[in-house]
Amino acid sequence: MSAAIAAAGETPVVDRPTEAPVAVPGTTAPHNDRPDPFGQSVTRLEDLPLVRGQGRFAADLSFPHQLHMRMVRSPVAHARLLGVDASEALAMRGVVAVWTAQDVVGIPCIPLREGPSVELDPYLQPILARDRVRYVGDPVAAVFATDPFIAEDAAERVSLDLESLPVLTDATAALGEFAPGLPTQPTTIRKGYGDIEAAFAKAACTVELELATGRHSGVPLETRGAIGRYDAARDVLELHGAAKVPHRNRDALARMLGRSPHAIHLFELHVGGGFGVRGEIYPEDVLVLLAAMRLERPVKWIEDRYEALMTTNQSREQVHRVRAAVAADGFVLAMDDEFFHDQGAYVRTHGDRVADMTAGILPGGYVLPAYRVTGHYRLTNKTPAATYRAPGRFESSFVRERLFDAIAQRMGIDPIELRRRNLIRPEQMPFPRGIETIEDNIVFDSGDYPLLLQKTLDALDWPRLQADLQARRAQGEAVGVGLACFVEKSGLGPADGVRITVDFTGAVEVVTGGASVGQGFETVVAQICASTLGVDYRRVRVVHGRTDRIQYGVGAHAGRATVMTGSATHNAALRVRAKALDMAASMLGCAIEGLDIVDGRVIRRGDSGPGLALGDVASALAPTARARGEREPGLTAEGWYETPSMTYPYGVHVAVVRVDRDTGAARVERFFVGYDVGRAVNPMLVEGQIVGGVAQGIGGALLEEFAYDENGEPLAVTLADYLLPTLDDIPPVEVMITEDAPSPLNPLGIKGAGEAGINGVGAAIAAAIDDAIGQPGAVTRLPVTPVRLKALLRQRAG
Amino acid sequence: MRSVAFQYHAPRSLDEALAILAEVAPEDGRIIAGGQSLVPTMAFRFVRPGHLVDINRIAGLDRLSEQPVVASVPAPDAAPGTELVIGALVRHAAFHRPVVAGPLGRLLTEVAGHIAHYPIRMRGTFCGSLAHADPASEWCLVASTLDARLVLRSVRGERIVRADDFFTGVMSTAIEPDEMLVEARITLPSAGARMGFDEFSRRRGDFALAMALVSFDLVDGRIHSPRVGVSGVEDRPCRIAQAEALLEGCVPAIDVFQAAARAAAAAVDPLEQPQLPAIYRRELVESSVRRALERAWV
Repeated sequence: MSAAIAAAGETPVVDRPTEAPVAVPGTTAPHNDRPDPFGQSVTRLEDLPLVRGQGRFAADLSFPHQLHMRMVRSPVAHARLLGVDASEALAMRGVVAVWTAQDVVGIPCIPLREGPSVELDPYLQPILARDRVRYVGDPVAAVFATDPFIAEDAAERVSLDLESLPVLTDATAALGEFAPGLPTQPTTIRKGYGDIEAAFAKAACTVELELATGRHSGVPLETRGAIGRYDAARDVLELHGAAKVPHRNRDALARMLGRSPHAIHLFELHVGGGFGVRGEIYPEDVLVLLAAMRLERPVKWIEDRYEALMTTNQSREQVHRVRAAVAADGFVLAMDDEFFHDQGAYVRTHGDRVADMTAGILPGGYVLPAYRVTGHYRLTNKTPAATYRAPGRFESSFVRERLFDAIAQRMGIDPIELRRRNLIRPEQMPFPRGIETIEDNIVFDSGDYPLLLQKTLDALDWPRLQADLQARRAQGEAVGVGLACFVEKSGLGPADGVRITVDFTGAVEVVTGGASVGQGFETVVAQICASTLGVDYRRVRVVHGRTDRIQYGVGAHAGRATVMTGSATHNAALRVRAKALDMAASMLGCAIEGLDIVDGRVIRRGDSGPGLALGDVASALAPTARARGEREPGLTAEGWYETPSMTYPYGVHVAVVRVDRDTGAARVERFFVGYDVGRAVNPMLVEGQIVGGVAQGIGGALLEEFAYDENGEPLAVTLADYLLPTLDDIPPVEVMITEDAPSPLNPLGIKGAGEAGINGVGAAIAAAIDDAIGQPGAVTRLPVTPVRLKALLRQRAG
Repeated sequence: MRSVAFQYHAPRSLDEALAILAEVAPEDGRIIAGGQSLVPTMAFRFVRPGHLVDINRIAGLDRLSEQPVVASVPAPDAAPGTELVIGALVRHAAFHRPVVAGPLGRLLTEVAGHIAHYPIRMRGTFCGSLAHADPASEWCLVASTLDARLVLRSVRGERIVRADDFFTGVMSTAIEPDEMLVEARITLPSAGARMGFDEFSRRRGDFALAMALVSFDLVDGRIHSPRVGVSGVEDRPCRIAQAEALLEGCVPAIDVFQAAARAAAAAVDPLEQPQLPAIYRRELVESSVRRALERAWV
């Protein structure tokens, strides 16, 4: 099994079952020296401009005569806004306008992406604060000036008349008031199945814990940026610097601004990291568009780091009170959880989906005959929260796996054995979880969870690892290992489509509604297209992040790009292939069945002749070409993919951590990820996703925390205080990708990989720290900072 | 995160620089050398200097050499010997390799490795760190523990200040607005001196949460004239007399070091900081002092 593990820097090897791979209908195995690009670790198409310094990010883009926007933000966490005096700023040379809420009266609050909600809509964020400010950084006014320095100088001179209101910083505390008549708990999430009370009544043992995950988030290297431009000649409003979900955002912005979606277009540039936070609609995106129209000049806004750490979506902050009913043999009969989700100051575009996902995925891959969860979705006076890579999963995996470790400890059962006894078995697949989350009825589509656990233990030589650690502990070192099992979710539907066109040179264009946040989207889609169509993947150009090229798109989030856009690409490529073969058969005077497409040429099977270039076939299908006959013009086709439900990959994380008893520092020595991705389109990119995710997970487990003082003042607003992991903090990550359970839901068998690396990191590291310090159950809160770890060590010593 | 407007001056000589400084001092004129601390604080608008006097074009300020110890008014008792002179433009990176033979050169190289990150070390300066006087500065601890003499010059003349009198609080020094720190002088220890350093920070290159620098001679196998300096904990670096007294005359041993470390932990008065309880800072001081002593001895 060890052959399947890639050490850092090596090309990953995929642990593929020996039986034939999932057949791709309509294609045959390639029979020349160019291998099928599907499943190969081919190099990325995106990289050349990036490594040459030719990339173009939001700050790189400027338009003639543009204005610069600077926000005036609330300096306090909660206050009544009595007035704004901009007279001094307006008198400054170069200042064109200063807007407050009164200037944007007709503009609605930023809506929920998934449609209106009676419960949540009253708590949405206006683009400029109206009569209250609710967090430090809340936008109150916007300054437009000819120069970014002038804009920042002028913003300082806008004075705010504020009257303090009580500040709420604890989501478990008594409710406060968002506005008169609106308590700070917009909704409560309830899910469950089975008979909880009966399970607890017959339990041999019950285990109860309080666990907390800290507030942290994605911190992309590139901060947010938005450039609004109104093209009066064409009556088109443009937003440059879009990311993640350009099409969904176009629709929302069209509604907010009262425009047809045909008259507003979003353009994605290079994106220096997304992680869920970048590419949502924030107040600034709306303001640059509105200003571009009203001031009749392009308007540019680039977020600075201080703003990024104070206003971009934060995530993860939850407190769980969880208990389990366990039978004498360690089988967990029921899990009962009550949790508090700290949403921050406003409901943003995701609504309550992170809390909902937490509640939906908390049971993980365990059988759990009964389950009940109550999630209190609460507002506080902190930066609003939303999704961050593996939303709801990093949190719930920490809670579930901590609980299972505690059960193992209490029952005197080895934690691995306890998991084995509770994991869903392969013969139970597909496994209906019995609950819904984010409008999706959870059915685990395929998987062999015990097999992946066993493969992971084998790969690590578990008994030997344990013996080594034992020996080191005997020498006085505080070193330990922790393991976490999880089920991921990916491929959120319901539908996505692409259009593929082959031009007369044989080059292929795939127009998608997908988006690239740097994950290798172009490469993966090109590989799928190339594999199905029969061309070199390097001849495939993938268009994404442009609403003017295609009407619909799912973007890049929720582990869906490869599953959804990839499957649609496959379906479109099949249709283009059929068209090409039909035309070529006519041109070559032979039957379709005797033809194949290899490396961009239509050839007769078993014939070594040159065949027909795909570009010539495209020429023959031109609208003006006689050879076309009655065929539909163009070597082009649309393809759609619709899915009945999400697909569920799964993984195992293992961390080895060493603790410095003197300083309380925890250092991750080793990190192993076993992950079943269904089928890996590009193992190198899957590995890259996993390693990056592990790095972020280590940040959330040990370093990163958006802390606030009791006045709601944020304490981490620079990168000296918000501690991102550096290369020095990340061990070489060992990755084992398996393909034991292709998804039956899509034609390629694929599942998502974007969140595989981060999901169980907090859980595994917490368990490893417990093991290292010999205090089972010690870690109940993330991040495990040196101060907190020293307190745990002191507790024991005292 | 854009600085307010300021006037920029680029003098070619020290005299010219001091003349400009004298003129702009009332308008918060400041010296800029490496700019690695000043520029970020300007970007945050925590400081808003009206003038920056850039000394990078002045020849000779990168002096890094040895000279016989110059007796001076604040240090009339300076022992005869040799001192290391570190000019105002000597970068942190200059210490990546030992700049003098013997224990001091080795120590400074060890310490330099803890200062921020490589690109910062290429620009930031030794004297700039002292003038900035961040409580978590490694060089301030070096200057304090090794009793450096700091040479301040202005159009009014030159004065030499001992490190003890130089650091007056958090980012606060004895430098007058029209004065420039032109060089630091550190007496070279004996060839057999034992020196050790330890620092704890959350990540490599971060500001220290605690650090310790120790130095002692061994006479007949016993510790003689020990120095124990601690920083990153109080508002400025400090020597710990209680720890030094415990070490004096002892044969180096783990329990001796541990006792001195405990004394240091008890002696410090940690700054109040959110999320950093004093009890934790004391624990860090204890481990840093003990580890620095162990390193000095080994």
